[in-house]
Amino acid sequence: MSASPSTADRMARRAQGALLSGSGKGVDDLLSSYDANGFYDELFGSASKPASHTEAVKDRLRQLDYDDLRRRASDAERELYNLGITFLVYSDAKAVDRILPFDVIPRIIAAKEWAHLEKGVQQRIAALNMFLHDIYHDQHVLKDGIIPAELVLGNANYRPQMQGITLPFKTYIHIAGVDLVRDHEGTFRVLEDNGRVPSGVSYVVENRHMMLRAFPDLMGDIGLRNVENYGAKLLDAMCEIAPPRADVDSYDPQVVLLSPGAYNSAYFEHIFLAREMGVPLVEGRDLAVIDDKVYMKTTGGLRRVDSIYRRIGDDFLDPLAFNPDSMLGVPGIFEAYRKGNVALANAIGTGVADDKAVYAYVPRMIKYYLGEDALIPNVDTHICREPDALQYTLDNLDKLVVKPVGEAGGYGITIGPRASKAELEECRAKLLEDPANYISQPMVPLSVCPTLTEEGIEPRHVDLRPFAITAKSTWVLPGGLTRVALKKGTLIVNSSQGGGSKDTWVLTEGGQAEPEPVADDSTDPFHTQSQSHAALSSSQSQSQSQ
Amino acid sequence: MAALLARYAECIFWMARYMERAENLACILDVHETFARDSFGSTNWLPILRLNADEKRFFELYPTASVKNVLNFYVLDQKNPTSIIAAIAAARENARQLRPLISTEMWAHLNMFYNRLLALEPATDLAQHNIQRLCASIKEACQTHTGITEGTFFRDQGWYFYQLGRNLERADQATRVLDIKYHTLLPSPRDVGTPIDISQWNSLLRSAAGYHAFRRVYPRGMTPAAVAGFLLFNDNFPRSVLVCMREVDSLLNRLNSKYRLRRGTLPLERSDELLGNLSNQTIESVISVGLHEYLDGLQINFAKLSNDIAQAFFLIDQPGTLSA
Repeated sequence: MSASPSTADRMARRAQGALLSGSGKGVDDLLSSYDANGFYDELFGSASKPASHTEAVKDRLRQLDYDDLRRRASDAERELYNLGITFLVYSDAKAVDRILPFDVIPRIIAAKEWAHLEKGVQQRIAALNMFLHDIYHDQHVLKDGIIPAELVLGNANYRPQMQGITLPFKTYIHIAGVDLVRDHEGTFRVLEDNGRVPSGVSYVVENRHMMLRAFPDLMGDIGLRNVENYGAKLLDAMCEIAPPRADVDSYDPQVVLLSPGAYNSAYFEHIFLAREMGVPLVEGRDLAVIDDKVYMKTTGGLRRVDSIYRRIGDDFLDPLAFNPDSMLGVPGIFEAYRKGNVALANAIGTGVADDKAVYAYVPRMIKYYLGEDALIPNVDTHICREPDALQYTLDNLDKLVVKPVGEAGGYGITIGPRASKAELEECRAKLLEDPANYISQPMVPLSVCPTLTEEGIEPRHVDLRPFAITAKSTWVLPGGLTRVALKKGTLIVNSSQGGGSKDTWVLTEGGQAEPEPVADDSTDPFHTQSQSHAALSSSQSQSQSQ
Repeated sequence: MAALLARYAECIFWMARYMERAENLACILDVHETFARDSFGSTNWLPILRLNADEKRFFELYPTASVKNVLNFYVLDQKNPTSIIAAIAAARENARQLRPLISTEMWAHLNMFYNRLLALEPATDLAQHNIQRLCASIKEACQTHTGITEGTFFRDQGWYFYQLGRNLERADQATRVLDIKYHTLLPSPRDVGTPIDISQWNSLLRSAAGYHAFRRVYPRGMTPAAVAGFLLFNDNFPRSVLVCMREVDSLLNRLNSKYRLRRGTLPLERSDELLGNLSNQTIESVISVGLHEYLDGLQINFAKLSNDIAQAFFLIDQPGTLSA
C-alpha cells in the first residue's frame, strides 16, 4: 500500500517468482546449478582463477532458504522506499519516487585485490589533478605533445576562466568516482573517470546499512572493511581546502552543500551527504554574494560561507560567468572563487579531464607526470578524431562499442555485437558526420555476479565505482558502488537504464575484524558512552560555525 | 551556535502548521459525523463547509452537500487546498525540503502516512460506517508525528519554529471552530435546553478534544458562554487560544534572547500585545461586544503575526543584515 506502483509491481512479481519456483528450495540447489556462461564471476571466479576469498560467504549463502532470501529481499526494497532512499523520475509530468533496485547478494573483493585498486585509483587521481593544474597554468603537457592541444583547448568542458587560478594543494578533483570493470580474465580496467559531480556514494553506505539489518547472519565475523566514515572524510577535505580567514579569532570554516533542490533526481544523496557532514544543504536562492564574498541567508541574517561542496554542474553555477539562463546558481560566485574567498569542490573545469577522448591519454599522463605505469589499465580506446582510428572503427563496427564523448548516463552508446543492421548503419552515419564526437572500444565481457532475479539466481553483469576524496592526499572509500545490469544479457548498468546496485564487501587482511573507528568518527552510529566526550564534541563543533 | 537557514525555518513553521491543520480537520469531521445529528437523526454537513468559507469552492466541484461529497472534498480531494490530503501533501513537501534537518523517523513516518492516504478508496474508506475509523487513524497518524517529533527532533532553533507554527495554527483553528459552531449552534428558542442542544455543545468540545477537560472545570451544566470561554481563555487546556498564544510569545522571546535573533522584535511586540489582550478578557465582555467580531479580530491578528514572523526570519535579502 505504501509502495509506488512500480515498486509494488516488482514486489508482486517477486512474490510470484517465489511461488513458481516452489517453496522449500534451498539457495544451495540454485547455486549448484548456477552457470556464469564463461564470464568472470565475482563470487566463483573463473576456471583458471577460482575465487578462494569468498568461501565463507558462499557457505553461508548455501544455508539460506530461497523463499526466505526472497522475502528478505522484498522487505529490504520496501524499507528503502519507505525511508525515502529514492531518486526522482519524471513521467507524465509527475515526479515519482523510485528506489534504486537493490540486490541482496553481495559483491566481494579480496583484501589484496582491493589494496591494488586503491593504489591504482590514487595514482590516477594524482595524475588527473596534475594534468588539470598544468592545463590551467603552463600547459607543458600540450607543449610536449603528449595530448593534442585542440582536444583540450577545444573541449566544451575546458574553462578558460580558470586559467592562472591556483587552488589549495593544486587539487581540482576533490571527489572522484572512477568506473572500473573486470574483464573475462579477471583483470580490472578503468572504463571511465568521473571528475565532475560523481554520484552514488550514498547508496554504498545505505546498502551496507540495509544488509546489516536484513542479513546479520550473512555478514557476522566475516571481516569487512567499513564504509561509515565517508562523510567525516569529506568534511575534513572541505575544511582543508577552505580559504584562510584573518577576520575571525577561532576559524571553523562554514561548509555547505549546494544542491539544485528537492526535485533533483539525486536529492536523496545530497541530503545524505549534508547530514553525514552535519552541514546545511543550501540551494542557489539561499546564497548571496556581496563584495565577492559568499553568504547564506539564515534566520539571524547573512552568514559567511567558506567552503562549498557543489552538486551543480559548471554551466549552472553562476549565471554571470557561465550559462546566463541558470536559475539554480549563485550570481557572482565565480568571482568570489577566483579571488580565493570561497572554496568549491569539485573545482570548476574538471570536465576536461573525464572526457571520454581525453580518457585514452590518461595512461600516458600517468607516465608523464608520475613516471609510473598505470596500475589499473584502460580499456583499449580508438579516438575517432584520428583518421586511422576512425577507419578501424568503421571497419569493425559490429565488434566495437561506440560512445559519444560528451554523454553521461549510458545514453547514445551503440554496442556493435548486439546492434541490429539498422542501428549499425545509423551509428556509421553519425560517426562520419562528426567523428570527433566518438570513441570506440572493444566490447569488454564484463564480469558477472550471482543476482536474485525473477527466474532464480542468475549471473548479471556488474561494474564498480570506487569513490575517492582528495584534498592534501587521496583517501579511497573501501569498495564503492557495485552497479548491476538487472536485465538479462544487458551490459549497461546505469540506474537510468534499469540498473540496480549491490553491497560491495571489501574483506580485511586475513579476515580479521577491522579495528573500531577512532573516537573522532562522529558518523559511526554505534558510539557508546565510554567514548570521550571531548572527542565527540570537537568533531561536532566542526559542523557549527563560529 | 549553529545558524538556521531561513528557508528551513519557513519550511518547519509550515510543516507544523499543516500537520496541526490536518489533525484539527480530522477531529471536526469525526465528531461531526458522530454527534452533530439534528432532531431527525441525520447529519447536516453544511456547517462544516462554512468552516473555511469553503462553500463556494465546494459547489463548483460538487452538486450537493451529501455526506459522500463533503467527506471526499475534505479528505481525499487534492483539488481542495483545505482537504486533509492537501495539508498532508503540503506538510510532506516541506518535510522533503527539510530532510537534511529533521530526523529520518519524522520523514519516514510522514512519507508513509501520505502514501497511505493516496491508496485510500473513496467508495469503501469514505463510506459512512468507516468514517470514524478513518478519522481516528488520521488523528492518530498526526499525533504519532507529534510524538516522533517530540522524541527525535533536535532542540535548536528549528524546534522553536516548529512549535511556533504548531501553536499559532492551533490557536487559529480554535477560533474557526468556535466561530462557525457558535453561529450555527446559537440556541434558537425552540432548541434551548433540549438534548440536541446539549449534544451540539458536546460536539464542539469534543472536536477540540476538550470535553473531559471542560468537565473538570465545570462538573455540572454546559452553557454556550462557558464553552466559548473555556476554548478561548482557559489557562490549562492545551488547545485554548490563551495557552497557545502564551506558548507563541515565550517561543518568540527565547528566539530573541537565546539565539539573538534581533530581527524578531516586530513579531514579539505583536504577540506581547495579543497575549496581554487575551489575558485580560472575560467571555462576558467578549459576548457583549460580539463573539464573531472578536474571533474575526483574533484571526486577522494571527495572520499579521504570521506575516511578521515571515518578514523577520524567512525573508533575508537585505544586505544590511550581515552577521559574523
